[in-house]
Amino acid sequence: MLTLQSWIHIAPTGACLEGHSVPVTDSNEGLLKRLYHQYVGDYPKFFKMDPLCRLGFIASELLLQNTPDRFSPREDRAVILFSHSGSFASDSHYQQTIADPNDYFPSPSVFVYTLANIVTGEIAIRNHYFGETSCYLLNRKDPAEMIAIVEEAFLDPQTRSALCGWVEYVDETHYETTLFLVGPEDHTGKPIWNQDTINDLINF
Amino acid sequence: MERTLEHELIVKEGDNLLTPLGMTSAESYRAVKAGQSALRRYEGLWGVPEPFVASLLDRKAIDQALDAHYSIRALETYSFFEKMAILSISRALEQSSVDPASDRVRFFLSTTKGNVARLETENRYRPDVLPGYSAQRICDFFHNPNPPIVISNACTSGLCAQIAAMRALQQGRCDHAIVVGADQQSKFIVSGFQSFKALSPLPCQPFDRDRQGLNLGEAAATLLYTRRPVDEIGPTDWIACRGAIRNDANHISGPSRTGEGCYRTLRAVLQDTPPEELAFLNAHGTATPYNDEMEAIAIDRAGLSDVPVNGLKGYFGHTMGAAGLLETVLSMYALDDQTILGTRGYVHCGVSHPLRLSATHATTQRKSFIKLLSGFGGCNAALLFRQGGDLC
Repeated sequence: MLTLQSWIHIAPTGACLEGHSVPVTDSNEGLLKRLYHQYVGDYPKFFKMDPLCRLGFIASELLLQNTPDRFSPREDRAVILFSHSGSFASDSHYQQTIADPNDYFPSPSVFVYTLANIVTGEIAIRNHYFGETSCYLLNRKDPAEMIAIVEEAFLDPQTRSALCGWVEYVDETHYETTLFLVGPEDHTGKPIWNQDTINDLINF
Repeated sequence: MERTLEHELIVKEGDNLLTPLGMTSAESYRAVKAGQSALRRYEGLWGVPEPFVASLLDRKAIDQALDAHYSIRALETYSFFEKMAILSISRALEQSSVDPASDRVRFFLSTTKGNVARLETENRYRPDVLPGYSAQRICDFFHNPNPPIVISNACTSGLCAQIAAMRALQQGRCDHAIVVGADQQSKFIVSGFQSFKALSPLPCQPFDRDRQGLNLGEAAATLLYTRRPVDEIGPTDWIACRGAIRNDANHISGPSRTGEGCYRTLRAVLQDTPPEELAFLNAHGTATPYNDEMEAIAIDRAGLSDVPVNGLKGYFGHTMGAAGLLETVLSMYALDDQTILGTRGYVHCGVSHPLRLSATHATTQRKSFIKLLSGFGGCNAALLFRQGGDLC
């Protein structure tokens, strides 16, 4: 059994950390950029990322921002993300660059994001995580599968905590992420990370 | 969390390789042993402006083989990618008594790009371009009631899928795991690797000083795994002992200069295994300058520079989602045959830390090997395999 340390949810309507709405200033920019400017600001690689990575990255930033020793290199934390559409947004973008023989401009900086696991790598790079990074694609949002797979990742004896959850991006108006920081039972009264907890917290 | 099934091991109970050189593992292995390669030069294929060298499946032959098993009409609406996975799974199942329709069986699909070629005809969002959809269709074809899992960890997917299956078996979440890896090549993938300047204009030369990059390939490969008590394991059974996945935490498209993640996977799977027990290390060996150098550094750091190393991309290219399964199965068949396969295309050492590489096959009496993979996103994976019933 794993315990839930903290969690975050982001959708086009706003961000919610531990059940509390995250204040964001009004501007013409999209929500993810506004969150970046307001809460991160010092990681320009953000602007190179594709939308799926921006979504997962911003969620991980808000979730981890107040954790102690945050950037100390570590191998004991896994990053395990689940998605339905995976890299579709970048696949579609890349396809546009090769469709017309008279306007053919394939670019490595677009192509690299046509892999759904890049978001796990972006989070590992930012936080100096040498542990496991895994990306799974499910045919539907399935919390039971997600919990079982994350629990099984702790069979790796070096894995002691996991940043895990759902990250889904289709387009500017259809995206959603729920990330959890989970660890072994620690008897500090943190809730057990199971389907009931998830359903109580949010309408996952 | 402790492993729940200490007295049981994860055993291979079937396999299949669907490659341009054979429709079974045995056929594909025999072709490799005979030194054949499926790499050919293609010009103008799929509207890709520049020529490329690749290892491609014969689509007609796949359809004919499927027609012999099933009515081809039942497969009319399936993509080529889905069809090659189905054919490979069905051939692997023939070697075992596993009923794929049982609720104690789970499907694990390793792919990097699935049905992405379908965007070429219509570039819009719809279910059938998503890998989860293909996995469900494959699962439905075999009447399996469980949700399938797609492992999408770039080029390491084929090992990560085996690791996911081992864990599900260890936890008792299933009794049999069907792990299939497949990728269909297309203009999408070829043009992307060309944009990275990662493709070799010639058949690839892993670890060689003149290597110019990788070749892409297509294949489907299947491994069936089950749990079995230690005392029921025979001397020829293949055991999947221990796997690990680690990140470089360095760059999304360039390997670490210290081989960080790759070294850490090796350290994690080796534990107390003495290097003398290893018949060989089957490297990723894509034949890009950076990958092969990175692996040489990681292997040296892990104290394995005296262990024979081989790379198999010279036979079938880089088969992406299939690579981890294809190269695992070829390595198993090689050791069944007391053989260390040669690294086709290798002539002169081209890495800074010399490895025990050879272009020609060698013989061995040893019974275990490590398979390595690395990929975009900084991910690395390693798996230790052993033949016979010792505890891992």
